[in-house]
Amino acid sequence: MDILITGILLGGTYALIAMGLNLQYGVARIMNLANGEILVAGGYFAFIAYTATQLSPILTIFLVAPLAFALNWLIYRLMLQPLVNRAKNRGQLETDSILATFGLSFIGVGLMLSFFGGDYFSYSFMAFPVELLGNTYGANRVLSFVMAVLICGALYLWLNRSRAGLSIRAIATAPASARLVGIDVKHLSALAFALGGAVTAVGGALISTYLTLDASTGVVFTLKALIIVIMGGVGDVRGTIVAALLLGILETLVASLLDPGLTLAAAYVMFLGILLFRPQGLFGKKPT
Amino acid sequence: MNRRPFLKLVSALTIASALAASAATAETIRIGAVAPKTGPLAGGATVTQWPSIYLWVEQVNAAGGLTVDGEQMMIELIEYDDQTNPGETIKAVQRLATQDDAHFIIAPYGTGLNLAAAPLFDRYGYPQIAVSAITDQQPELSAQFPNMFFTLGTTTALAADVVKVLTDMRDAGQMGDRVAMVNVADAFGIELATAAKPLFEEAGFELVYETSYPLGTQDLSPVIKGAAAAEPDAFVAWSYPPDTFGLTEQAMIENLDVKAFYTAVATPFPGYGARFGAAAEGVLGAGGVNPDSPAFMEYAAAHEEVTGEKPDYWASATTYASLEILAQAIEAVGLDRAAVTAHLRESTYETILGPISFDENNSNPDFWTVGQWQGGVFKGVASRGRDGTVPVILKEGWE
Amino acid sequence: MSLTATDIRNLCLASLVFAICALLPLGDQGYWLGLGVTIAMFTALATSWALFSGPTHYISLATAAFFGVGTYVTGLGIDTLPFWSLVGLAGVIGAVLAALVGLATLRLSGVYFVIFTLGLAELVRQVITWVQNNSGQKGLYVLTDLDEAGIYWWLLGLSAAVFLTGWLIGRSRLGFALRIIGDDETVAAHSGINTARAKVLLFMVPGAVAAMTGAILAPRYVYIEPSLAFAPILSFQVVIMALLGGASRLWGPVLGVIPFTFLLEAVSSNFPNQTTLVIGVAFLVIVYLLPGGFVGLMGRINRHLNTREGA
Repeated sequence: MDILITGILLGGTYALIAMGLNLQYGVARIMNLANGEILVAGGYFAFIAYTATQLSPILTIFLVAPLAFALNWLIYRLMLQPLVNRAKNRGQLETDSILATFGLSFIGVGLMLSFFGGDYFSYSFMAFPVELLGNTYGANRVLSFVMAVLICGALYLWLNRSRAGLSIRAIATAPASARLVGIDVKHLSALAFALGGAVTAVGGALISTYLTLDASTGVVFTLKALIIVIMGGVGDVRGTIVAALLLGILETLVASLLDPGLTLAAAYVMFLGILLFRPQGLFGKKPT
Repeated sequence: MNRRPFLKLVSALTIASALAASAATAETIRIGAVAPKTGPLAGGATVTQWPSIYLWVEQVNAAGGLTVDGEQMMIELIEYDDQTNPGETIKAVQRLATQDDAHFIIAPYGTGLNLAAAPLFDRYGYPQIAVSAITDQQPELSAQFPNMFFTLGTTTALAADVVKVLTDMRDAGQMGDRVAMVNVADAFGIELATAAKPLFEEAGFELVYETSYPLGTQDLSPVIKGAAAAEPDAFVAWSYPPDTFGLTEQAMIENLDVKAFYTAVATPFPGYGARFGAAAEGVLGAGGVNPDSPAFMEYAAAHEEVTGEKPDYWASATTYASLEILAQAIEAVGLDRAAVTAHLRESTYETILGPISFDENNSNPDFWTVGQWQGGVFKGVASRGRDGTVPVILKEGWE
Repeated sequence: MSLTATDIRNLCLASLVFAICALLPLGDQGYWLGLGVTIAMFTALATSWALFSGPTHYISLATAAFFGVGTYVTGLGIDTLPFWSLVGLAGVIGAVLAALVGLATLRLSGVYFVIFTLGLAELVRQVITWVQNNSGQKGLYVLTDLDEAGIYWWLLGLSAAVFLTGWLIGRSRLGFALRIIGDDETVAAHSGINTARAKVLLFMVPGAVAAMTGAILAPRYVYIEPSLAFAPILSFQVVIMALLGGASRLWGPVLGVIPFTFLLEAVSSNFPNQTTLVIGVAFLVIVYLLPGGFVGLMGRINRHLNTREGA
């Protein structure tokens, strides 16, 4: 039971890391390698707000979200839209966007470095124990799990109930046909990309309450997010949540029962296994 | 945390060195520096390596430079970012040696990067006073690279003194002999754990929990829970920076009930004390200094004034001491690198850590091994040949 | 197999170029030789990468996995086996590993393959560190008397072998099959080509080459750390350089490797505090201004000249 709860809490962290990338990759078709830098930037913001003005990260996220949304909207419009327009096919867009966002991630690291310096930033926020069913867990992890549930829930509802959400899902499934039925693909892609960035930055702000980050750690989170998104199925919120939880539980199981040294190896074995037997991801549709 | 002074300093230094280069090329000593500003080791190098270098250059130049053959020479610092990539370190050292004609090069940061650069220091005849390169291979390495010097100690000494500190506590009846030992599965963590295991067993300790975890593990609670379930008297983690913080926070949350709690790298960082505050009281860690010595206090004050950051309580001061050694050797014999290397082998140097001299393996036999947070300061509790160790206190809870 | 006059001319020219390159250590033992090692290393890696990825359009991020395995082969074996046999052994292990991966990933396409290969590098690294941790193996030190010039010649020889392999593949039935696969995999399958076998065979080339490169470079690093040996950045650098040059021609990647190495060198020597930032900007400039790499650029210039002449 203890293992299950620890695993689910970790899964919440992973959902926060991956959800934004899922929107960006699933809808806007940009495999954003600079995703981790947005996450770290969100964490920085929370760190500075907390250490300078004692502003609680729970409140900071309401500042981080619109800022990250605007920034990512600009990035998409200015830097990525030209690539989308130029690409003759899916493959070329993938290659171009890998190269471009890889460059962006370098720029992100460089900017954070010159503004904040390179050392670790970590602070203590809600680092007290909470008791759940007889076991203790970090309050900050529980908080970030609750936020992850809220964010994923809101996204899920929005994508399934609202008109814009439906259009976005249409783009994710069939971009060419979506255009035919009068959906403004350009506009909505930018929206999805910006929203993805905002979710990632908020995730970063929450994660910074219990993980130690520095300007160069973004890539670690990008890799993890990519794996979760692919595992869950591109463009599928449910899939990402399930994959994140599975990963969290698996890692905790292996760490508790087998050997903590094998957690990441086990995670990659599961990832590779899922890809081999369901190449389109847990919930993904077969590519047409 | 205010970073502005630091940035100002960097730009001031850049301008100053540019001016110095154009105004008085003939009278400057060109000192090269290469270390990570980005990549996995950047966090450590930004705390330990770069600020001490900036401070040293600033202080030497403020005092009118170094006296070389009766002439005052200012220092011109040429710095490169190796992005924590050994290939880049090699290129940068080569560039410093052959393109920039650096008179001397400050040793890189980290064991791997120092050793990648060692063949080049050797070929071009630069003395390499390595700081953050802790290894048991000092005899082999100094035989292969006679210009390489070691200041921060050996892996085995670091591990052995932890065992010794715990043995003393046990023999004083302060705790039992159950030890939980974990390590990060990366080079230095593995080396320390391999060295420590037989020592613990020899000293009669029982390793009740023993495991490793991968670098970059995001949730360390299974490790702490596993250790807690084994009911140890002491918890020892051969850890790296992000997980040193992670393990401590989990231990706080789980209220891990041990008499001794040890985490390795980054425990002496000022950021550790700032983050955990009173909970850090009694935490043991790798390294240490004598924070009450006037020399260290003066250094720490200057460090904070010039760079805007506090030094750490271990390798920062040793980095600065390695530069003091270099400066004294240059002032003694001039810019001839072979003469400086010979001087390093023979002489004793006065540094902020006390006197330092190198033995037949080019290693400094006097260094700090274990420290402990006591009253908001990380104090050395065990050392090889250093004065000012303080008694160990028991870890009493996490409040 | 018969050689035409053009073939013989090309072979002679190529041998001449390599012979001239091999003279570099006689001219300079320091800075330029260091750059030469970097260029030779990335030429071998990027050219072999493009041999597979050019025709198949699969973007492989597994370079770091094979490279790391190679460095470990040298690190573990240097005390017991001669160096040359370790390089060979690394090549065999790399090829076998690549064959296994190739067999497993046949069903994947596009981005799934990209992420799979990325995950592979991490998996191999985790398994190796875990084994190292549990076998009581201490740190790996590679102390040899192989100097920079020796490493350079090894890498240059490896690059020459890669070019020769690429050239031979291009002339063989396998190369013909690959061109068809590259144009249209369905057509290839229908015309009786065993696409799976062709792809696996081809994937073994970059696997073996990357492992051998790692094995050759291990003495240069002296101390083998998993986080440095398996650094994922290497996989990305190789992709970038190959794409910058152009993956559709055998000589394309080297056109990317050389300018990119000099660009990185210029950036890191002139902007020590903003290295990453400037590299990022340079990157974007390349992506936006040079689609299709230098090969594409040369194609456009040629077309431009041709239309001029025509008019």
